[in-house]
Amino acid sequence: MTDVTLTTARQRPFDPPDELAELRKRGPIHRMTYADGHRGWLVTGYAAARAVLADPRFSNRPEHMHPPIPGRLELSNELRENEFRMPPGFFLRMDAPEHTRYRKLLTGQFTVRRMKQLESRVEEIAEACLDRMEAAGRPADLVEHFALPIPSLVICELLGVPYDERGRFQDDSKVLFALGSKAEDVVGAMSRISAYLYGLVQRKRAEPADDLLSGLVTGGELNDEELTGVAFLLLVAGHETTANMLGLGTYALLADPGQLAAMRDDSAVVDNAVEELLRFLTIIHIGPIRTALEDVEIEGTQIGRGEAVTLSLPVVNRDPERFPEPDRLDVTRPAGGHLTFGHGIHQCLGQQLARTEMRVGFPALLRRFPDLRLAVSPEEVPMRSDMSIYGVHRLPVTW
Amino acid sequence: MKIKADTTVCIGAGMCVLTAPEVFDQSEDDGTVVLLQPSPPAGLQDAARRAVGLCPSGALSVVP
Repeated sequence: MTDVTLTTARQRPFDPPDELAELRKRGPIHRMTYADGHRGWLVTGYAAARAVLADPRFSNRPEHMHPPIPGRLELSNELRENEFRMPPGFFLRMDAPEHTRYRKLLTGQFTVRRMKQLESRVEEIAEACLDRMEAAGRPADLVEHFALPIPSLVICELLGVPYDERGRFQDDSKVLFALGSKAEDVVGAMSRISAYLYGLVQRKRAEPADDLLSGLVTGGELNDEELTGVAFLLLVAGHETTANMLGLGTYALLADPGQLAAMRDDSAVVDNAVEELLRFLTIIHIGPIRTALEDVEIEGTQIGRGEAVTLSLPVVNRDPERFPEPDRLDVTRPAGGHLTFGHGIHQCLGQQLARTEMRVGFPALLRRFPDLRLAVSPEEVPMRSDMSIYGVHRLPVTW
Repeated sequence: MKIKADTTVCIGAGMCVLTAPEVFDQSEDDGTVVLLQPSPPAGLQDAARRAVGLCPSGALSVVP
């Protein structure tokens, strides 16, 4: 059988690409050709994906990286030439125990309790965004007025990044996530964001405030380069993820009025509905990617040392062995255990913040605009198949 | 039923607190797991077992 390749092109906006969904029916692990010619693997089964993510014999370090899609080949080559210098403190791309040191400095800031305490503040932010959206009049772009500003305002406030300075990083952040970006543009965007955040670290050192970055600065555990890397990771991750869940999630609910009504009319359903939207929509559609540091057997398949393994989370989260009738959005099903936030030591640090933003955001939107609907036909909604995090570029709505 | 927690492995993701808040908490300092009820009563055992299964870092285990 010939090797498969990873595609991001979808036939329907909410379902993973048909080719990948078909693969899962044939088995959990498949030989995959990477964009640089490397022969690695693609995981489409839930149990296999969970096993890979939990196994310390798989590395997340950038020097092992092979690009899973052509849009990342040039960048991968560029990084190889520069010996994969990631910003110090960019702990997403580290293994234990190096990773552990950074993560432990932050976990206390993102606990379930801390994030619940933020609820009322997130509520205020959401209502203020909805006020402005209502005042701007219909039709309105839900991404511009709701999905992007809520997580953006929240993460800026939490970190201590002045929101009115977002022009210094928001456009560059888009370059990082666009699959078609030229390598030199990505490198340029990274260094501009880093320079901005390095300056911000200096400002926090001179004048500490009551925010996460100031706390890390005065904590004295990290040097300024490391602080810049940590701030980079949190700022960018805090923007692009929940924003796309709020945008795509709203679109999915508008496309399924029964599910929308179930979520709107019963507040007891909201927490679970958020988990189901996370599972059903799985906006992380490329990777995670790991590399075997030694020979490993996963679900009966021998993975050789040095071979890359890419997980297709949208397909994994539709594994019928784990989630019966997986292709149906059902806000009342037990959706816990989805791998949208990952698994293992890199499982999303900000997941409880993301949950709070969605648990507050969706109900606030549906309360404000009970008659919310698309202002264009569904085929006119521009989908983010060209971005490393899936979602909608814009969502024109009216009420 | 007894639950064991290894805070040196824990990454503070909070899945246990989210799933069984009566049994687990997180430290204010570093977010790692705090066992509120190492031997959860019958009514909490299902949730505790689910939490152990969801733990991303393998920090939790059920001691038979």
